[in-house]
Parts: sequence; C-alpha cells; structure tokens
Amino acid sequence: MIGATRRSEEVSPEGLRRRVADLLAEGRRLALVAAHDDGDALRVVYLFTSGAPDERVELTLRLDPGHPTVPSLSGLSFSASRFEREMRDSYGVEPEGHPFLRPLVRHQHWPEGWYPMRRGADRMPAPPTETTSYPFVEVRGTGVYEIPVGPVHAGLIEPGHFRFSVVGETILKMTARLWYVHRGVERMFHGEEPAAGIAIAERISGDSAVAHSLAFCLAVEEAQGLDVSPEARNLRSLLVEMERLVHHVDDVGALCNDVSFAVAHARAMVVREKLLRLNEALTGHRLLRGALGVGSTRVRTLPSEATMREIADAFEDVVSLAVSHSVVVDRFEGTATLARSDAAALGTVGPVARASGLEFDARRDHPLVAGHFTPVTQPAGDVLARFTQRVEEFRASIDLVISRVRDATRTESPPPSPRDARGSGVGLVEGWRGVVAHRVELDRDGRLTRVRVVDPSFFNWPALAVALTDTIVPDFPLTNKSFNLSYAGNDL
Amino acid sequence: MTGWVYAGSATLIQVVTVGLGGPLLVGLMAKVKARAEGRVGAPVVQPLRDLRKLATKERLHARHASPVLALAPVVIVASTTVAVAISPLVSTRPLLGSSADILAVVYLLLTGSAAAALGGLDVGTAFGGMGASRAMTIGALAEPALLVAVIALSLPSHSSNLPRIMASTLAHPDWVLGPSRLLALAALVIVVIAETGRIPVDNPSTHLELTMVHEAMTLEYAGSELALVTWGESMRVGLLFSLVANLFVPWGISTHATVLSVVVAVASLAAKTMLVALGVALIEVRSAKLRLFRLPELLAGGFVLSVLAVVTGLVTR
Repeated sequence: MIGATRRSEEVSPEGLRRRVADLLAEGRRLALVAAHDDGDALRVVYLFTSGAPDERVELTLRLDPGHPTVPSLSGLSFSASRFEREMRDSYGVEPEGHPFLRPLVRHQHWPEGWYPMRRGADRMPAPPTETTSYPFVEVRGTGVYEIPVGPVHAGLIEPGHFRFSVVGETILKMTARLWYVHRGVERMFHGEEPAAGIAIAERISGDSAVAHSLAFCLAVEEAQGLDVSPEARNLRSLLVEMERLVHHVDDVGALCNDVSFAVAHARAMVVREKLLRLNEALTGHRLLRGALGVGSTRVRTLPSEATMREIADAFEDVVSLAVSHSVVVDRFEGTATLARSDAAALGTVGPVARASGLEFDARRDHPLVAGHFTPVTQPAGDVLARFTQRVEEFRASIDLVISRVRDATRTESPPPSPRDARGSGVGLVEGWRGVVAHRVELDRDGRLTRVRVVDPSFFNWPALAVALTDTIVPDFPLTNKSFNLSYAGNDL
Repeated sequence: MTGWVYAGSATLIQVVTVGLGGPLLVGLMAKVKARAEGRVGAPVVQPLRDLRKLATKERLHARHASPVLALAPVVIVASTTVAVAISPLVSTRPLLGSSADILAVVYLLLTGSAAAALGGLDVGTAFGGMGASRAMTIGALAEPALLVAVIALSLPSHSSNLPRIMASTLAHPDWVLGPSRLLALAALVIVVIAETGRIPVDNPSTHLELTMVHEAMTLEYAGSELALVTWGESMRVGLLFSLVANLFVPWGISTHATVLSVVVAVASLAAKTMLVALGVALIEVRSAKLRLFRLPELLAGGFVLSVLAVVTGLVTR
C-alpha cells in the first residue's frame, strides 16, 4: 500500500510525556524533532513514524515566548535526549529535567547566548577571546591514559575528535566530539523556492545525494499537494538502490583495506568505479545528482540487466576473496559487538541496526513503490555482521535494480497530479546508511520557511561509542569503518 | 690488493650498497604490491627520491622535545651502519669482521630499535608512546626466536661469528638443505617480517594512526631527521634481507681480493636480496594484518620453529 497518512496533534507541556510514552508503547519510533521560530514564539514538532500501514504522527508543542522550555523526554527515548541537546544549542530551548546537558552542536567559540537558528541571528558575532575546553569525562584509575585523535585526520576523512580512555590497548570509553563541519545547512534552505532546495539537499552529505534530495522532494510534494506518478516512484527507487550499491561496495573494500588486505580493496574499487561510471551515464553525475525534481524524475538511460549481473559477479569475487581469508575473518569476527538491546535502546538505524538484529527498514515501513520488501538482518552485531549485512544488501539491491529496470516504461516521468496542499510535509527514505528524514514547511508564497534534516548518522554515532567498549585501540579504525557514519550529514 | 685495502674497500662497498640498496628494496616491495593490486605504482627509486626531498626540508621539533629526539635518528643510522659494515654481505672479510659475532649484530640492531622507541616517546604524544610500546612488545617477542635461530645456525660451524658461518657453509653446501637450516630459515623469515614492520605484523603504508607500530614512532619527525629515520629503517631492511640471503645461500660472496670477485659479490647480493624482497612482498600481498593480540601467537610460532631447528641440529649432527 503506497501513500502515508500523517496527522498532527497539539500537546500541552504537561501532557507531552504521557502522549510520547503512549506513542512509543504503540511501537512508533521518534524520527525527528524540529524546533521552529515563528517570530512571536517558538514551536517544537515531534514526529513519530510507524510502518505497515505507513503512519506519521506529529505532536506540536507551543512554547512560552518569554521562557522557552520543553519537558525533557530523555527518560523515554535516548534519541529524544540528543534532539533536545541539539535544540538547546541552536534555538536556546531549555529541556527541563535533562540529565546530561553538555553542548552538542555548539563549540566553545560560539558566543554565550547566541542561537544560530533563531530569527535575526544571521551573522555570528565575534567569538569570545577566552574559551574553555569541552568537559570530557575523565576516566581515573591505575594505568588509564587518554588518546586524543583528530579533529584533523590523516587521509580523506572528515573532521571529528575522538577521545579514548585506554588501559594498555583496551578501550574503556570513547567520546566522539563532532559538529566541526556544521555549516548551517538547514538555514540555507530558508526563503528558497523548493526547486532550489534540491541542489542544497544533494550536498548535505555528498555520498547520500539521492537519499537526501529524495526525502526533501517527498516532503515538498506532500506540502504542495503533488501526487507523483508510479513511473517517477519506480525511477526514484532505482536511483536509491544505485546509490546503495556504490557505497556498499566501497565499504566492503574499505573494510578489507583496514585490515591491510589491499588486493581485495583494489578489486572492490574497480567495481565501485564501474558503478560510478554507470551512474554518470544514468544521470550525468557520478554521485547521481540532478535526476530528481519536485514532482518529477528523469534519467538519461537505464542500466541493462547484463551490466548489473556483470557487476554482481565482480562483487562476488571480492567477497569470496575476503571471506575465504582466515585472517580477515578473524579480524572481523567478534570485534566491536553492538548488542541488539543496545542498538534498540539507542535508536540505531540502517545497516548498523540490521546487523544487530533489528528489522527496521524504511523500504518496508515507508515504501516508495508497491510490493513486499523483507529486510535481511544479522544476529551477531560485530564487524563481520556489519560486513555481511552490506554484502547481502548489495545482492538484494542488484535484484531490486533489475526489477525496477524491467518495470520502467520510460526515462522521464509524467507530470504529477494535484491533491490537497498541506503547507508542511515529511519525507522518509531508506538511504544506504539508513533512514533519512526531512520535514519542510512552506509559507503562503510557497517558499521554504523551515527544513529539518535528520541523517541516519545522527542516530548511529552514539552506538559507535557503545560498540567500542572493551575493543582494542588498533581495532578502532576497522570498527569506525564498519559503521561508516557521515560527519557532514550529522553536523549539518 | 693487500688485505687491509681489500677489507677497507669491501666495508665501504657494503655500506654504500646497503645504503642505496635498502631504499631500493623498499621501493621494489611497494612496486610488487602495487602491481598485485592492479596499480602501476611509484617507480622503484621513489624511496631514494623521497629521502633526497626530505633531506633538504626543515626539521621541526615540538616545544617540549628533549635532545633525545634529535639524537635518536643519528643513533638509528649509526648503529645500523656499523652493523652493515662488519657483517659479511659483500665479502667474508670486511674490516672488523672478526667482531661480527651474530650477537653483536643483533644487539646493534636492537640499539637502533631502542633509539627509535625513545625518539617516539620523547615528545610525550599518545601516538609516539603507543607505537613505542607496541614496537618494544613485538621486539621482545621476536628476539628470543632470533637468538635461538642463530644458535641453530652456529651449531654446525661451532662459531657464532658470521664470516665463519658463511665460510663453513661455502665449504659444506649440503648443510643448506638440512632440516635444521630450513627450520631456522622459517623462524628467521617471521622475525625479519616482524623486525622490518611488514604485513601481517605492521603495515608500513597505512595512514591509520591508531593501528601503526613503527610509523607511530616517527610521526614527530620532519625534514632531514625524518629522512634519517626512514633511511635507517630501509638500511635495516637491506641488512636483514642480505643476512638471510647470505646465511642460507652464501654463494657469490667475495672471499678473496680481486676486483672481479667484488663485482660478482655485489651483483649476486643484489639478486639474492631482490628475491627475498619479492618473497616478502608476496607474503604481504597474500596476507592481512593480524589482530595485535594475535602477534604473540605468530612470534611464538617463530620461537618454536627456532627451538626445533636447534634440537634437529643437535640430533642430526
């Protein structure tokens, strides 16, 4: 069944916790929390989603203009506690009863009391000359020492600071300090025509151009009241899977590289390059930019079934090379296990969650095209499970691409049909890292007033720290790669 | 040629050969790996070009560096150079060849390792300390295997003097394929891979700081000092490969004072070490890096092989 229902409810600060507890108890997941500055007051929207049937429930909380606070939901949901810290830094909304109010987005050079997402906060004031350092939790004990890594790393890695507390080689605690690439992406959308937003969405996290721009398009289409054609949905699903293929083979190769098995890495890069060139033929861009429009989708050509089978065979060669190597398997197996209960409690999504046995997949719960989709999962939750998860998702994606190509009747979708415009909309897409959520609001002239973006990495970064407990320091790069989270998508 | 001139020029030729040849062997291994991965790879002379470039660059020290930081690269190169000079690589009669006891050579190399570790520790960064700690752990595990393997080699010739071991091997070619020799060779290959920081023990081409062993110790060096440390490391590769080659296949080494024999010796040393480098590079291509905590198992395996070599040597004598 295609087509989601979305209903909105107003809640009072007193009733929020109970309502959220009920929604979570019904099995819905907190997909997004967005604060809004309406000029006279602040407003917070909590979005809960559930699948089969595809339902979205929004709770709207209007805040006291003189005293913007929300009751903290940290006791109910770990993800909510992180959303609240984000809101506190960007909007100055104080969560009451939050147990861990350390800065998240805010870095020490931000002036006190300056909230970049508030109206009128266009320019950052001069940073203060005296700053304090981030209050990392210090682990004490005999032989405990700290290893600070980053924010600048060797190689092509985005910036992030990792603070390890270590005994010998064993990691006791790892804290990731992110938001070094905070660019104010959400604000860049403000005041733009929706069509102009697509180019911004494609650049939120460069490797997830389709997932982000599609989530954005879906949200805008709901807000404008556009019903896209089945042809467009079919092509969109094809593009999402093509994006997944490139990045999954990249991860499979990179995991081999991190155990110094360079031959398998090199062969995986050959497959990746073939896919990138195929993507260029499809859309004119190696990272699949430019195919999506509001209400429409257009590709230049479609991949042939034979090409996809050829790529699948080359990929299988890489996989068998890796899994038949006893040292490679030894390095992967049992390394950095993320228990299913931890993955669930932290709100983990995407291949990382499925590798720990959680079934959630937006392709099943929020489908783009008709038809049943069964996500694959792994029980173990270690690096090998995350590797195998990607391998199996790659195989499934090859089949999906072939069936989308068979279903494709043309390369350019017919125009959308109109339905009720709602002024706001939500888009949910299962990108290769997990579910990407966008929520947009339009003004009367149809311009964007607010775009809230949630990348799957936002949910998954805390899980990396949990999985690392009792892992040894030289296994960190491998573990990090097995999660492969986006810094840009997280930092926005 | 008189004895002194011969010994002196042989020593000089050895130092020059290993000084230039070591970096070339490193470049050759990188080339083989690149080809196996389907890449063209950098030219074999790239390590020499890198050294020349680094040598002209500014050296920088951290604010709280002690003189140890500057001293360590000199000690690394000096100790390796002495080991190269006295070992029978081109000639069985280099200057001070009589003091080329295999224990002396091993401990000269160890002096270099200790200097590298102290240099890594000096500035007090987390990476340097981590690298030094790992390098010393691996060194401590590799050393017993090395010493026992050496005992196995010295058994038939009743001497731990390297020139004498080689001379007696030349006189008894049948020793080479003896079980004791082959077991000792297997143990030495493991030790050499560990001591030169190759896969599966360490990955010399990684950029992942947290997985580094040897590279982590050199992170604080720049310019000409980095050139010295890198050069010392390449000479160590050259020396260890030459020793392995000559201990097992000494033929070609110059035993008497003629120009021709020295030319043949240099050529055969180059050929033999290139074969060793090829073998090590193929091992690297075929293997992945072991989990750090699995390394003791590998090195213990090397130790067991060397003990077996000694036992077999005593039994079959």
